[in-house]
Amino acid sequence: MAIDAATVRKVAHLARIKTPEERLEPLARELSGILDWIEQLNEVDVDGVEPMTSNVAQPLRLREDVVTDGDKVAEVLSNAPKSADGFFVVPKVVE
Amino acid sequence: MSDLTKLTLKAAVDGLKARDFSSEEITRAFVTNIEAANPALNAYVVQTTDKALDMARASDARLAKGEGGPLEGAPLGIKDLFCTDGVQTTAGSNMLKGFIPPYESTVTANLWADGAVMLGKLNMDEFAMGSSNETSAFGPVRNPWKSKASNAELTPGGSSGGSASAVAGDLCLAATASDTGGSIRQPAAFTGTVGIKPTYGRASRFGMVAFASSLDQAGPITKTVEDAAILLRSMCSFDPKDSTSLDVETPDWTASLGKGVKGLRIGVPKEYVVDGMPAEIQALWDKGVEWLKAGGAEIVEISLPHTKYALPAYYIIAPAEASSNLARYDGMRFGHRASEAKSLTDLYESSRAEGFGTEVQRRLTIGAYVLSAGFYDAYYVRALKVRRRIAQDFDAVWDKVDAILTPSTPSAAFALGDKEIDPIQMYLNDIFTVTANLAGLPGISVPAGVDSGGLPLGLQVIGKALDEATVFQVADVLEQSAGFVAKPERWW
Repeated sequence: MAIDAATVRKVAHLARIKTPEERLEPLARELSGILDWIEQLNEVDVDGVEPMTSNVAQPLRLREDVVTDGDKVAEVLSNAPKSADGFFVVPKVVE
Repeated sequence: MSDLTKLTLKAAVDGLKARDFSSEEITRAFVTNIEAANPALNAYVVQTTDKALDMARASDARLAKGEGGPLEGAPLGIKDLFCTDGVQTTAGSNMLKGFIPPYESTVTANLWADGAVMLGKLNMDEFAMGSSNETSAFGPVRNPWKSKASNAELTPGGSSGGSASAVAGDLCLAATASDTGGSIRQPAAFTGTVGIKPTYGRASRFGMVAFASSLDQAGPITKTVEDAAILLRSMCSFDPKDSTSLDVETPDWTASLGKGVKGLRIGVPKEYVVDGMPAEIQALWDKGVEWLKAGGAEIVEISLPHTKYALPAYYIIAPAEASSNLARYDGMRFGHRASEAKSLTDLYESSRAEGFGTEVQRRLTIGAYVLSAGFYDAYYVRALKVRRRIAQDFDAVWDKVDAILTPSTPSAAFALGDKEIDPIQMYLNDIFTVTANLAGLPGISVPAGVDSGGLPLGLQVIGKALDEATVFQVADVLEQSAGFVAKPERWW
């Protein structure tokens, strides 16, 4: 299935990756090539097959709902691009 | 004293215990090697020499008292996607340049608890997305091996290219690595080293930078099968911090060595004969069959009919999971933040465009596409169904065979730059390895011969879930039969 530049623009936005106009066409060609190759999956009979989301057959474990960790403000903020007074500083989002 | 850096992990651990040499001595020997080789090989992205020497001296103090763990004093390299407390961890990405984890991954914590010494962090494809190490933000790793036929610089494979190159070039005794579609086994095959991906869930993913969580699994790259058995045991553990960690005992896999393969049934899947496979690969595979037969194994031709669909299914599932996992890189709490932006969305989009390299952007875009409204069922759900078909292929043969023998890769190491232009050509590197990831099975690559240019080639053994013991048993016989002793000639 061929992907056009408009679709790439839309998907790049979904992926939150700024993509310059001149990259849209080449990316469309690359992605179309990859998706054409992936199309062969349509040959497989998957009627009645359950999707396989995990290799692990065990159910997810439960634990007591208690605090096991915390009081790590400095560690949590240590890699922040910007922080102040124990908070992350982010750009103003309400105009 | 002979060159300590050429020792196997096993010999080094024994020598340290016997106090034939100190951890500080062997650590310094590796530091010297790294300083001489790294400008050429680019295997290490961070060297932690001071930390290594501190750890080595602490090990020496324990060894002097007759104490110490199974890896006491052994200098290792760590793939740069394992978070290391206080030491930069980037997963080969500009997105994480300068990221200093305030915590330790479970796998590396296990190694330090067993006495290992950290030499530094090893280069890799960005977020483990690549098969040649060329997607790293730190530039490609170079393979210590060169073909007799040309002076071209070769890839060590990927994504664990730094790990493979460092082990092959004697820049560490052994290294940690990780494997989502073949990222341990393909680089091991390209560098004449041993690499094993254990059963999914054996090694904790806590503190490993995520790529595709249902496929990612840690494992070692080492010089010998025995070393792989030793290091894998230290890496694996049940970990409540990883929801898919298996609550199972970690056996001593060195007990599998020397047992031979008499009476074992070895499957040879006919679908692994692929178009355009070099005659040398087929010849190596045939040789592997002969060795196992000579060892008393029964060879059984088997069929894994959905093999050809494994890679296309993988290239939906892995990008889909990556697009979800890597959504965390939004420039807010950690990672790169663009300096100029007109709005919040613009800030996200600019931060990610600046932080991620081309291949990562390509895969995140594919992932977003196959998960998007209208395509989710046609692509993503279908791929998950095909994944089950692939797992069922394996389930159907385990009553006939105990392990499966295949080549590790469809070729020997190729030149840097050779496949960069065509993503699909690059993806085909993982054609023999990716099935084990999709089905969650253990797989090992063992160096078994060389091609006409003298470059190493590997054979892969795939086993049943949690049956690494048989995988090691077969790998041991391949290693003994191959008698692979070739080493790269030092050109750096």
